[in-house]
Amino acid sequence: MASFDVMPDVQLYQPVELDDALRLAEQYGDGGWVLGGGQDTYGWLKDRAKNPQAMIDLTGVEGLRGIRETEDGIEIGATTTLREIIRNERINSDYSLLAQAAGRVASPQIRNVGTLGGNLSQDARCWYYRRGLACYRAGGNLCYADGPEAMNREHAVLGASRCVAVSPSDTATAMVALEATMIVASTTGQRSVAAEDFFAGPDTHITQMTTLEPGEILTAVRIPSKWAGKRFYFEKVADRDVWDFALVSIAVAMSMDGDSIAESRFVCGGVACKPHRLRNVESAVRGKSLSDENADAVAPLASAGTKPLNYNHFKLPLMENLVRRAMRG
Amino acid sequence: MNPQLSRRRFIKAVIASSVAAASNSGFHSALAQDRSRGAVERLISINVNGQTRRVDVAPQETLAHTLRYKLSLTGTKIGCNRGECGACTVLIDGITNYSCSTLTHSVRTRAVKTVEGLQASDGTLHPVQQAFIDELSPQCGFCTPGQVMSAVALLSENPTPTREEARQAMSGNLCRCGAYDHYLNGVMRASGQNS
Repeated sequence: MASFDVMPDVQLYQPVELDDALRLAEQYGDGGWVLGGGQDTYGWLKDRAKNPQAMIDLTGVEGLRGIRETEDGIEIGATTTLREIIRNERINSDYSLLAQAAGRVASPQIRNVGTLGGNLSQDARCWYYRRGLACYRAGGNLCYADGPEAMNREHAVLGASRCVAVSPSDTATAMVALEATMIVASTTGQRSVAAEDFFAGPDTHITQMTTLEPGEILTAVRIPSKWAGKRFYFEKVADRDVWDFALVSIAVAMSMDGDSIAESRFVCGGVACKPHRLRNVESAVRGKSLSDENADAVAPLASAGTKPLNYNHFKLPLMENLVRRAMRG
Repeated sequence: MNPQLSRRRFIKAVIASSVAAASNSGFHSALAQDRSRGAVERLISINVNGQTRRVDVAPQETLAHTLRYKLSLTGTKIGCNRGECGACTVLIDGITNYSCSTLTHSVRTRAVKTVEGLQASDGTLHPVQQAFIDELSPQCGFCTPGQVMSAVALLSENPTPTREEARQAMSGNLCRCGAYDHYLNGVMRASGQNS
């Protein structure tokens, strides 16, 4: 069959039941491509940089969509679009951190179809990898982004292991800050995994961004009531306000006890292969109030332990200043 | 969830996939099991600009391709073909989408509107189109169909946007000539506000 589109020949399944989708995912394994909004799919296929046998479109499975109340918080189906999240009243009133993060993803048209599950599971944006080069992440034995002349302005300053790509997802940082739980299904059952453990670094999972195994499908995300209505701060710094991925982003959740911070989660995106928790900042701000003075005192902790590459030293002051801004009174 | 709806969708999928087994050359769709799992058929109907069009669509085909090369609706432009420019913007159920990054098979049950579907039957242009002409919004014009569709979607949801709201709503459409302010003038004029 000749293809006159730049899309390669690839089979498409549009199951309406989750069980069928799971069986297809199991049957195809590595050759299957689970499809949400498809915005991180068609580029790979059109460039022939990835060549799956079959796409499994989840958007027809009704049970995977929508925002539901649970006993302890809310559950968001994996194929719920970012548009639906941004406009949801409950999320805006109690989990505005997520609404803000989702609102800064890509462009309006992409948010209209892009799904939460897809945004969380999206692949690294390293252009050497996207180009289809046989780098570590693509199963090879070389990193093109970590050399003396490599263009690595957007790459990692932390947690690199052979691969220096970063987590591109804006919603991922919010999910880690909100202590969300990911629900993952396969033909053999269902497991739940904390957001922090859902994302994977190159030291353990160099060819993937998450701990999802072939045949597994992220079906929903549960956000506990623990952080509902708390104080949040989200900021994403990118070259353009639209489309671009974060150079550095920060998602912060703070529960206040009077004027002082009782507990907090500071999570940076764009600096490591997975959302990076600033644990030293979290412990330093405990009991402190929001003020310029305290902001200046804790900000330098943000970049502790970083190892910048040739062209991304600028991310260090960015991290510090984002913490500073989150801590201002 | 409505159980009737779910059952109907299930039956539809079964019917659809049994045709797929006969017409698709993919080796795996010959598996009998696949039929009930949602493998797609090729000959489908899609609703474009209020008309039901029968069209032969490959499983991987994008909506931009179907519109331009199967249905001759070449008003929708393909710029980057990667969801990074907005020239291919169309409305699907009233919401803006990049048609280069939408599978045609995913719009079978939905209503597509392209720039060709905006003018009235007597040829009167849509207020957005007229305002873009009045404000000399386009320069080279290649991004214009996409800009028009984004503006139409905005105004149907928010008839009197602020300039900042319009800027946000139009932010998914690039203009290489840099005529952004002219387009914003057009949007404000179309909304009946002085630009």
